[in-house]
Amino acid sequence: MNQPVLNLSPKVSDEIRKTTCYMCACRCGIDVHMINQPDGSQKVSYIEGNRDHPVNRGVLCAKGSAGIMQHNSPARLRAPMKRAGERGSGEFEEISWEEAYSIAESWLRPIRETDPSKLAFFTGRDQSQSFTSWWAQAFGTPNYAAHGGFCSVNMAAGGIYTMGGAFWEFGQPDWDRAKLFLLFGVAEDHDSNPIKMGLGKLKKRGAKVVGINPVRSGYNAVADDWFGITPGTDGLLILSLVHCLLKAGKIDLEYLRDFTDAPVLIDADPASPTHGLALLDDDGHKLVWDRTEKRARCYDAADVNPDLAGVWDVDGVRHRTVFVHLAEKYLDAAYTPEAVAGRVGIPAPRIRALASEIARVAFDEAIELDREWTDFRGRIHKTMKGRPVAMHAMRGISAHANGFQTCRALHMLQILIGSVETPGGFRFKPPYPKAATAHPKPHSKVTPGAPLDGPHLGFVQGPADLALKDDGTPARIDKAFTWDNPMSAHGMMHMVISNAHAGDPYRIDTLFMYMANMAWNSSMNTSGTMEMLSDKDANGDYVIPHIIYSDAYSSEMVAYADLILPDTTYLERHDCISLLDRPICEAEAAADAIRWPVVEPDRDVKGFQSALVDLGARLGLPGFVKDDGSRKFADYADYIVSHERRPGVGPLMGWRGNGEETGRGAPNPAQLDRYIENGGFAIAHIPEEAQFYKPWNKAYQDWAVEIGLFDKAAPYLFTLWCEPLRRFQLAAEGHGDRQPPEPLRARIKATMDPLPIWWDASLGQDGDGEFTVNALTQRPMAMYHSWGGQNAWLRQIHGRNPMYIPTKLWELHGFEEDGWARITSPHGAITVPVAHMPALNANTIWTWNAIGKRKGAWALHDNAPEVKEGFLLNHLIHELLPPKRDGMRWSNSDPITGQAAWFDLKVKIEKVSAPDGARSKPDSGTQKSPVGKGPDALAWEVG
Amino acid sequence: MTALPTTTKKKLGLVIDLDTCVGCHACVTACKGWNTQNYGAPLSDQDPYGKASGTFLNRIHSFQVTPERDDGAPVLAQTVHFPKSCLHCEDAPCVTVCPTGASYKRAEDGIVLVNEDACMGCGLCAWACPYGAREADAAAGIMKKCTLCVDRIYNENLPEIDRQPACVRTCPAGARHFGDLADPTSDVSILVAERGGVDLMPEQGTKPVNQYLPPRPRDTIGMTGPATGAADTLSGEEDILAPFLASVTEEPQGFLGWLDRALEKL
Amino acid sequence: MHPAPSVILFSSLSGAGFGLLFFLGLGFPITTGWVAFVFYAIAYALAVGGLLSSVFHLGNPRNAIKSYSQWRTSWLSREAWAAVSALLVMALYAALQVFFAITVPPLGWLGAALSLATVFTTAMIYAQLRAIPRWNQPATPAFFLASALASGALLSGNVVAAIVLLLALAAVVAFHWWKGDRRFAEAGTTIGTATRLGGRVSLWEKPHTGENYLTREMVYQVARKHAVKLRVIALLMMSLLPVLLLLAFPAHHWLAAIAVLLHLAGIITQRWLFFAEAEHVVGLYYGAHIGRAAAH
Repeated sequence: MNQPVLNLSPKVSDEIRKTTCYMCACRCGIDVHMINQPDGSQKVSYIEGNRDHPVNRGVLCAKGSAGIMQHNSPARLRAPMKRAGERGSGEFEEISWEEAYSIAESWLRPIRETDPSKLAFFTGRDQSQSFTSWWAQAFGTPNYAAHGGFCSVNMAAGGIYTMGGAFWEFGQPDWDRAKLFLLFGVAEDHDSNPIKMGLGKLKKRGAKVVGINPVRSGYNAVADDWFGITPGTDGLLILSLVHCLLKAGKIDLEYLRDFTDAPVLIDADPASPTHGLALLDDDGHKLVWDRTEKRARCYDAADVNPDLAGVWDVDGVRHRTVFVHLAEKYLDAAYTPEAVAGRVGIPAPRIRALASEIARVAFDEAIELDREWTDFRGRIHKTMKGRPVAMHAMRGISAHANGFQTCRALHMLQILIGSVETPGGFRFKPPYPKAATAHPKPHSKVTPGAPLDGPHLGFVQGPADLALKDDGTPARIDKAFTWDNPMSAHGMMHMVISNAHAGDPYRIDTLFMYMANMAWNSSMNTSGTMEMLSDKDANGDYVIPHIIYSDAYSSEMVAYADLILPDTTYLERHDCISLLDRPICEAEAAADAIRWPVVEPDRDVKGFQSALVDLGARLGLPGFVKDDGSRKFADYADYIVSHERRPGVGPLMGWRGNGEETGRGAPNPAQLDRYIENGGFAIAHIPEEAQFYKPWNKAYQDWAVEIGLFDKAAPYLFTLWCEPLRRFQLAAEGHGDRQPPEPLRARIKATMDPLPIWWDASLGQDGDGEFTVNALTQRPMAMYHSWGGQNAWLRQIHGRNPMYIPTKLWELHGFEEDGWARITSPHGAITVPVAHMPALNANTIWTWNAIGKRKGAWALHDNAPEVKEGFLLNHLIHELLPPKRDGMRWSNSDPITGQAAWFDLKVKIEKVSAPDGARSKPDSGTQKSPVGKGPDALAWEVG
Repeated sequence: MTALPTTTKKKLGLVIDLDTCVGCHACVTACKGWNTQNYGAPLSDQDPYGKASGTFLNRIHSFQVTPERDDGAPVLAQTVHFPKSCLHCEDAPCVTVCPTGASYKRAEDGIVLVNEDACMGCGLCAWACPYGAREADAAAGIMKKCTLCVDRIYNENLPEIDRQPACVRTCPAGARHFGDLADPTSDVSILVAERGGVDLMPEQGTKPVNQYLPPRPRDTIGMTGPATGAADTLSGEEDILAPFLASVTEEPQGFLGWLDRALEKL
Repeated sequence: MHPAPSVILFSSLSGAGFGLLFFLGLGFPITTGWVAFVFYAIAYALAVGGLLSSVFHLGNPRNAIKSYSQWRTSWLSREAWAAVSALLVMALYAALQVFFAITVPPLGWLGAALSLATVFTTAMIYAQLRAIPRWNQPATPAFFLASALASGALLSGNVVAAIVLLLALAAVVAFHWWKGDRRFAEAGTTIGTATRLGGRVSLWEKPHTGENYLTREMVYQVARKHAVKLRVIALLMMSLLPVLLLLAFPAHHWLAAIAVLLHLAGIITQRWLFFAEAEHVVGLYYGAHIGRAAAH
């Protein structure tokens, strides 16, 4: 019998176009296979990872591999639209771009001429923030930010304020050398492919992976050891580890002495007006105690020999080193494993065992690379020593009200064992390392008809940098950079709608948003937000007068806007993943990338950034028009190539000037073509001797200047002692001109400790003991926010999100398979399906985020499980905490950064019978789909 | 045809590492994409934007595992992500039951395929397979199954490095390996030997070619033996820790005294 | 297994049809002319109707003709050959009886043997499947044959044979149930062998939210209480009530017809259970049958 003859070498495609994925924020390189059509056009037939790409090296996740279904989604918007019914109804009329622009202009021009702060412009999962912020700055409004405030600003700010860089885009574990890897609070989807690739490398080498997470799924499922911690107590666990390591002397003294502020002298006199601030020389340099010369000296002197234990009296004021403060604080018995075990939900012996494992690997398995390097003091080191304990963390530890200090605690732990920027530890990715002091400060000075006085967002160093008006009221609609949350480095997008609705601190005219599903999963208090967006005043006018929204798809937020600017899909657009913004660098290379239209849109849509270029030109915004008033950029692609942020430095680093220059050089009109030829990205490798110890490595600093990351070498010390925090504390203690409002004084004193602290952030959430169960969400690896719900393949994988219940609660409440529960918080109630999950913290429930959909959204049919059973936990979370006994309502966010405290939620559970039609509650109503419904069958073969 | 070859020159197959699979479903959609566009009829979806149901050749199941100790003491529960596709069995029951000769096992490499031109969609092969590796495509009316990307692994239009199944090429964690399991010197055979790779349902007598590498032992830090206690009380012996966490603060001058001496030694 | 009406009808009706052909082929009774015509019409309606209904089960009937190619290995292919051979041989035998009143006994014996062989091949399609332990036992072909013979005896009016065969059928079916309830454990396939994971294993998340071909086709579960009730009903209708009717009114035509209908309804119930109670081992991967342990 003969087997059939197969063609084993069928043609795969006619052409491969290489661009950058946008199925999540990971920015992998993709090979898009194209097949020629009889009419001469090309269609996308298959998408796979780009093997040459620095981010993903050829691999691609479930989302990326299903990109073709996003590109073909029936939920794609087709043309600009203006609202034809009430807000929320989803009734729209398609209009021309000309009409859309003239409507937008009719709202925006008067605002700009009278009071630019009446525009609130916020972008969501935007990857062009350096451009959108530049537009907002040119417009002149102080009200701009992206989604960092409700995502992971604690992680970013905690890292930057402590060590000049943080996790994810800012750095990465040394996957090739780490022998012990600690993963704190990372949702399954974060840093999608690099973490999976890294875990694969660790596993291959037999390195140990430790997961610290209430939920054992995804990355934690492959962790060799799992610590099912109680949510919000990571900081306490870390400080206990610090306690154990200090007590055992398992800390890297040489590293602390040479590269951190541990030897810096701090004013230790409670009566002093500079109590808690560093002792400086006349030039403002921090002083350390020199062990050899027995005197205070500048920290960067070539022959300085800092003492970690120095004590020095200057003019009768006692100064002690940071390290002495630190040791005193954490050697306290309050941090013994026994003292914290109950709270963190992990037995003391296991905590001690983890500390011991860290100590063992860091010091008994230390590694040394045979690479000579020169530090910023000019000292030559023959080798690069490494402590092969790497750590990574993300939203799970940062989305708590104590998240900023927790993130700082984690970085302190890394620094104490000398595992930051050393082999086997954590490594920065360009443009990091970069000290907090090297970043801009926030700007908020509004002048009618003129640009803002500088960049919106930045890193405050003390009360003087707050964004307050002369009368002391908040300058920004989101109240970022105020006494409520002074170090809100990413703004506070989650407060915009409720503040605009309340007219607090002032009323706005136009809310302009991009790619942020605020009427659904991107808001706390979803039902309330929907009401605020559609609320009317006594005159019958909307309280928020105008809403402009740009999105590529028919999301829930679309229904709440007055004017829709339809965006393209990711395969139809230009983008730059820029060093000015959130680049795709690796620890050993600077890299950036582009997106380009591998297919032209077949709808009347436009990349949002190109629409902003058009609007900027129509409004005559500085930078968007030439001197003669004519438009400066044809579109976003033109901006990417032509714009210079500083002379010779633009959005893209590759092939500048004559096409041979990297980093610095004049604009090159052929730049995008060169990127396309190179697979959509540019890469500049860091010399070998510059690849570690970067903040202090002369070779790295020189390389960074050469490539244009900064203009002069800027080495710095890691700051275990966060002086900006101390400056706010000093103000709260009554020092200085700018004083906090009385009700905030005590909180600032308590929370803004210059050394990492922990407090129970869930207090105030538990309704005096009524709500005791922690409730969390995480995104699955195969979904990215609400986008996945329209994807015919991905939604088959995750079309349902039961509330997962741990064994103890499952048995306590007598739940059964396919059962339902009513989950209540101080703010609201939801009725949802439940499922049992043994590998879960015993007092925590959780569900997949953003699976639930509003009826009519995303072109889904009404029988979709996402519409029927799917639900959002958001309904239970309010942007404010329940009222305190004094009637005050504190914001449900970190008092330092304003980071939304999603994960401090406390609930109670009751078993209930299945609701009518097995439909979860609340019912969020229906919106009319402006794009119809998806087809009844698919078999997507491109011929 | 539906008589199985007595031997195959090669035994091409997958080695799936359950210690490393994070359950990301990348292999699932990469497979769906490639096989919708390539070999035979596209993998269709019914009611794709409502109560969807589609054809997939590779699916990931997720299990909760609670190890059991001899003394009955509870142990921390674990989560295991479990990808499953055709195992290209040596004694493939799906092939011999096929009445039309559509199902066959290739003599040269052992890949089990469906010749779609001969399939009448009776579904008996799916009944015969203990693993659920075959699905009837509701639109095409024929049986679909993993082809081990037979149209990739020999495809001269692809760069040599890409001549591997789509699921393996895309797997971010490197939990999927492809190779010749008949060759004891191949990377996959060595991996199976080193990591104790196993057959699924050996008692079914199918002799699967694909091998699964079991998860390594979990939750061992600080444990002298298997852990005891429930999730929130898991506890262990700590005597082995002494050398790493011996206290320096009990020295005569306390912590600062130790610090002074330690700095002096640097 | 999903109790698909097309397959249940096929196996019940065609079994009865081939059973009737078996008795006619053996010459019990020998008939000619119109009487023969009616007997054969009933037999062919049942056998061919059953076969046709099974064609509705095919996803791609265009290739059905190819199912004759794999008789060396495939029981389904053998069934196709056996069925066509039986129908052709019996057609010749029948034509001679109906039109020429000629009975050629050797031809009838051949046809009878082929008819029984058809039923056996049908049974073997199920019995061969190791992945469905309940079916994978010798009692499966035994009850298929007993069922065809009992139906055939009943339909052909061989009252004594019918009584004996109906009782035998009841016994074989009861044994099949008894043994079937133990087969999953005997097969030794458990969630442990399916995943090779140690300890207590339970399904946490299905691979996909919705149903798929496998879950629809093979992860059908029938409630235990429900199944017991149906078994009693099947046994009563399939065997015991017809036997009582035959014993009480051996020559009453109307009551015989009722006995036949009861019997066929019982057979259909039994076949529904045959599918609905059959647990495919793939169900383990979908969280079904996880509570079951292997037999020790």
